[in-house]
Amino acid sequence: MSKISGIAASAGIAVARAFILEHPDYTITKSAVSDVETELAKLQDALEKSKGELQAIKERTLAELGEKKAEIFESHLLILEDPELISPVMDKIREEAVNADYALNEVATQFVEMFENMKSAYLQERAADMRDVTKRVLNHLLGIHYVSPAEINEEVIVIALDLTPSDTAQLNRKFVKGFTTNIGGRTSHSAIMARSLEIPAVVGTKNVLSLVKAGDLVIVDGLSGDVLINPSDAEVAEYKAKQEAYDLQIAEWKKLRDEATVSADGKHVELAANIGTPNDVTGVIENGGEGVGLYRTEFLYMGRDKLPSEEVQYNAYRTVLENMNGKPVVVRTLDIGGDKELPYLELPKEMNPFLGFRAIRLCLDRQDIFRTQLRALLRASAHGDLRIMFPMIATLGEFRAARDLLLEEKANLRAEGKEVSDNIQLGIMVEIPSTAVLADQFAKEVDFFSIGTNDLIQYTMAADRMNEQVSYLYQPYNPAILRLVKIVIDAAHAEGKWTGMCGEMAGDSTAIPLLLGLGLDEFSMSATSILPARSQISKLSAADMKEMAAKALQLGTAEEVAALVQSSVQ
Amino acid sequence: MQKTFKIIDEDGIHARPATALVNTATKFKGTEAFAEAKGKKVTLKSILGVLSLGLEAGDTLSLITEGSEEAEALSALQDVMIKEGLGEIHE
Repeated sequence: MSKISGIAASAGIAVARAFILEHPDYTITKSAVSDVETELAKLQDALEKSKGELQAIKERTLAELGEKKAEIFESHLLILEDPELISPVMDKIREEAVNADYALNEVATQFVEMFENMKSAYLQERAADMRDVTKRVLNHLLGIHYVSPAEINEEVIVIALDLTPSDTAQLNRKFVKGFTTNIGGRTSHSAIMARSLEIPAVVGTKNVLSLVKAGDLVIVDGLSGDVLINPSDAEVAEYKAKQEAYDLQIAEWKKLRDEATVSADGKHVELAANIGTPNDVTGVIENGGEGVGLYRTEFLYMGRDKLPSEEVQYNAYRTVLENMNGKPVVVRTLDIGGDKELPYLELPKEMNPFLGFRAIRLCLDRQDIFRTQLRALLRASAHGDLRIMFPMIATLGEFRAARDLLLEEKANLRAEGKEVSDNIQLGIMVEIPSTAVLADQFAKEVDFFSIGTNDLIQYTMAADRMNEQVSYLYQPYNPAILRLVKIVIDAAHAEGKWTGMCGEMAGDSTAIPLLLGLGLDEFSMSATSILPARSQISKLSAADMKEMAAKALQLGTAEEVAALVQSSVQ
Repeated sequence: MQKTFKIIDEDGIHARPATALVNTATKFKGTEAFAEAKGKKVTLKSILGVLSLGLEAGDTLSLITEGSEEAEALSALQDVMIKEGLGEIHE
């Protein structure tokens, strides 16, 4: 057995067999075959097996995700039965006496190229389907054992270098019990997804991929950040006990589900959840969220080949509002760019994407995209308590420009006879230091602030949060950050407005006492952090925390602040 | 028999309706079915063939059937074109 450690990215413990998620090597060499009939039989066999797999995936997708998601596999099946593909491959094997994988690859490549050269962007992307189908058959011809994450159908722990957004989107939480990766940190995409899916995860282990083989028994401890490879029976028993204790703790927390969030001395704050899709609302309700503090709309734009229409967006926003049943829902308008790319927008590569053309900067330029989203949001506002916020606001001018577009679309919709709510709160994300410093001026014009700590810390400390070598500069407790947070909260309160926080910091047990003391009104976090936070706040005195926060602002380092919190909260 | 349509779907003929067309054409075993557009004629029993036409909104497409059930096949294909919102009859 061996034990390594990484960053505890998502709480919980999982014990299961390892599933290695790696993209295999498809190097193909041409070779002469003496027995053409055997080669043709090999091709037939590979085709049949591939069709069997696709049929099974199609049925499972149909049952679990619905007809829309299953359609793509129906097209893949048709491609495998397509005489225009299969006949030329068979002819090639017969006439040139070559290996089946080579013949298939040659013919398939012609189709890939045909699609890539088409005028329509939609048809160009069908090249990816062609490649996907070809790889499936090649797996059988080349003896490659590759299962895509969508096809996992037994309980596993996924082991990978890193998980891309498209990998995580395909993970089925019924079978994927946990995952661990070589790279990444607490705020990397894969970690955030793990918390949202409520799957235990340890990221940034540096070498788990080289230490684990497929089928090894693995324990992922998302509480401590430990990963055990081929543990002894005693260790498995120990961790199963730990898992049970954790489950008990969770059950204890669940009792607080329908309670308000009130400190020991009676101060009420609001605990909301961060979500990415309408499906996440179930988790918000299950975990007693008092609202949605951040609905990241980017996912509506990702994993597709063109912009989502007004109708598609309206349906998603409306579903969230209706399912939240009158509780507030803060929707962040499109925050694309930086580490989140949309291939179909064909934006130029930038040297410094985090400081570049992203979020509101892009939306104010590409008004066609922005107006569609605003219209969908305004129409959905009739179905609940909608609040809208703009991301990456650096100047008051940007806020005003975005607000004016919103008002224009509101007037347009009204003229079209569409229903729009009159009570939509309009706010901004505070994640750029210039905006935090000038919060008093913003507070006169916005209805609320939501502090995005991941970016605020990255921009204040000038440290890329994806770069492990400077990750020590990601310091939520640094007094410089706390002072900025205080400026924002005080500025809002002076104008009778409220301040929320939707970064990872809002759910952090060391930060919570400080934020309560600084007067934060709304804490928005991963749904699974809500009940522990409610339990923690119920034991804290807001008055004491206010005193402590005042002291923290006068300290010099993050370490001193953390030590102060530790000693005050005990 | 043949019938001509004008493509109205903003995506042109994409994978889902192409799948429906091919599935429908394949049901009529004794009948040949073709799609002809932009001077190119392909069998309707091949999804790659149909997609290779690269049809976009505004293009015209002729569906051709030949064989024992040509009338039934053409009518079924026309239903798919209309039901999927792919095209309208162009005369």
